[in-house]
Amino acid sequence: MNRMFAIVEREMRKFFRSPMLMIMSLMMPILQLLIMGNAFGGKIVGAHVAVVDYDHGPEAVKLREAFDAIAVNIKTFTTINYTDENKAREDVRTGKVDGAVIIPKQYSRRVSAQDAPRIGFVTDNSDQFTSGSLEGELGLVVSALNAPVIQPRLANSIALEIVELYPYVNYMKFLLPACIALAMYISVMIGGGMLYIDDKARGVHEGYLVTPITRLELVLGLNTASAIKATLSGICLTVIGSLMAGLGIIFHPEALLELLCLILGTAIAFNGMMFLLMVRVEDPLTPRAMFGVLNLLLFYPSGAMYPVSAFPAWLRALAIIDPFTYCVHGFKAIILKDGGFTAIWFDLAFLFIFGIGCLLVATPLFKRTL
Amino acid sequence: MSEPAFYPDQNADRGAPTAIAVEHIVKRYGDFEAVKDVSFSVVEGEIFGLLGPNGAGKSTLIRMMTTLVPITAGKAMVAGFDVEKDPDAVRRKIGVIPQALTSDPDLTVEENLSIYAKLYSVPRVQREKNIAEVLEAVDLTKWRGAQTKTLSGGMRRRLEIARGLVHNPHIFFLDEPTTGLDPVSRIAVWEMLDNLRRTRNLTMLITTHYMEEADKLCDRIAIVDHGKLVALGTPMELKHSVPGANVVEVHFNRETEEWKGRLESLEGVTSVQAESAGFYRVLTSSGSRTTMQLVEMATALGETITSLSVQNTTLDDVFVHYTGRQLRDEQVKPAAFMLPPRPGEQR
Repeated sequence: MNRMFAIVEREMRKFFRSPMLMIMSLMMPILQLLIMGNAFGGKIVGAHVAVVDYDHGPEAVKLREAFDAIAVNIKTFTTINYTDENKAREDVRTGKVDGAVIIPKQYSRRVSAQDAPRIGFVTDNSDQFTSGSLEGELGLVVSALNAPVIQPRLANSIALEIVELYPYVNYMKFLLPACIALAMYISVMIGGGMLYIDDKARGVHEGYLVTPITRLELVLGLNTASAIKATLSGICLTVIGSLMAGLGIIFHPEALLELLCLILGTAIAFNGMMFLLMVRVEDPLTPRAMFGVLNLLLFYPSGAMYPVSAFPAWLRALAIIDPFTYCVHGFKAIILKDGGFTAIWFDLAFLFIFGIGCLLVATPLFKRTL
Repeated sequence: MSEPAFYPDQNADRGAPTAIAVEHIVKRYGDFEAVKDVSFSVVEGEIFGLLGPNGAGKSTLIRMMTTLVPITAGKAMVAGFDVEKDPDAVRRKIGVIPQALTSDPDLTVEENLSIYAKLYSVPRVQREKNIAEVLEAVDLTKWRGAQTKTLSGGMRRRLEIARGLVHNPHIFFLDEPTTGLDPVSRIAVWEMLDNLRRTRNLTMLITTHYMEEADKLCDRIAIVDHGKLVALGTPMELKHSVPGANVVEVHFNRETEEWKGRLESLEGVTSVQAESAGFYRVLTSSGSRTTMQLVEMATALGETITSLSVQNTTLDDVFVHYTGRQLRDEQVKPAAFMLPPRPGEQR
């Protein structure tokens, strides 16, 4: 096994001599965490809503006072008065305002008469996030106005009581597991796949093949080195990402051990998969061309950004065999939920079995000659 | 077996044990036959050269002998072991320097050597001793801590040679060891290899397309062309095998169709090769006599000779003799530099 360790030593010396690999494998996930974590998941503030009031009655005034309260307090939107409904619609279409509330004639009278009063909301549903937020706020206003002034002593309607198991999870925290997985994938892709093919093309492998090293020693040496690099990337991003997202999980020894096992399993799974894909590749351009495609195929179907349960059947099938799925699930279970080994044992088992299985298939495919 | 055109020496006559024996070796890639039924042997302590143009099959031959490429047919014995049946035993006995510079630029000279010593399972104490010795042998001791990327091309080539020696091999294979080096570095490498052979009793097999390198460095040379062994012998034997002891190079101020015939009719001339317009290489048994006749002929015809030189036969002439063309013709593919014909031009 000394010859295997010679390969590992060579790879690791190279790795530490040129820290660019480590920097580049961490840079993109950290930026993603920083930018996407802050850009997404925030609440809509300062939207503009046109109000066309044809009624001007007391109930319409009540409604407009409610809008003003929103503008002053949670600031989701401010209102702009319009006199012409068509002009308001046109401005919604051209993006000058984000929505338009139409208060029809006879609104106040219908409210008083309890005669199916209605207000209209023209919304720009091409931006579902903003329109959804505005609809939500307006829905709350309408519910509040519909509520009886005096609450009945015995509630006769069904109420849903929500119990949140975990503290508030902002988007940056939600994104952290995906970013750790991404950092490890980039490390394996560059430090495993690309360097492997580049070394082959440069004749470095030719140098190895004329020595008495066995096929197994060579395969294990190359893969151990690549897995160590991915593990280091995973550890770095877990620590940096947790600090950025304000998570204290890294200060809990038990959770740290669970994370370390998960990082190790992920490194073995990603590396085994990459070696299997690259074992017969000769052209240095191939791994570069595969980088983006693989990222798309593995990262997005994993549930890293959107829940797997929302996928169509064929995409769910891809998620089932995707090691990213188990890696992201495991990291979420520890980082966001502190679920312990009970929550991640299946993920760990899948990752280790998948990685070792890939290596078992790849080893006989590895050519001991040129 | 296709016997080479010239095969004057057999190892049995040399009285030394055989280090490498290649018998009827063939390498095919699909329908393409890269090496065609080649046989030769190398005795211990010998520097043996495979000389030929790029694509002749030299590197394929060396790769088969060093276990890198499977042999399609035939047999190769290296250090007494069958390359196909016992490749690991062969690998332990040989050192190989590939054509490309493959030492790691990010690692130091010593680290590069140490990792290769470990790949050969050289014990720690022996490893340190070997590294010190090979660094001394290639004159890189004071650079042992330097990163490889800071070394010059010649120094990197010396490091490659040291790397191939770090486990004390018996047989050393070098694939184009001086390609890409400047003339000074090339001569330094030749001297170093010759010195290593003497001090370490190494057997060396070298591929090259440099005539001068083969002539100066090798005890015996095998000329390889289109995958076939076309001639084999010592440089002197090969030169003597070519009819004509001298080469006269003559350049006339204008080209006429009659020059070739006139030159061939001169006394002692064995072959005439047209190099370019008005420029001819004439193989002759007597350079001085042919020169005198040539000058007299030109004077009588009222033609002007712009340059004239007389040389001894070189390996280039040997190559021309056995293959029908010059080795340097193969270095650059003419078609790659051929201009398209002008409109109306006939070719």
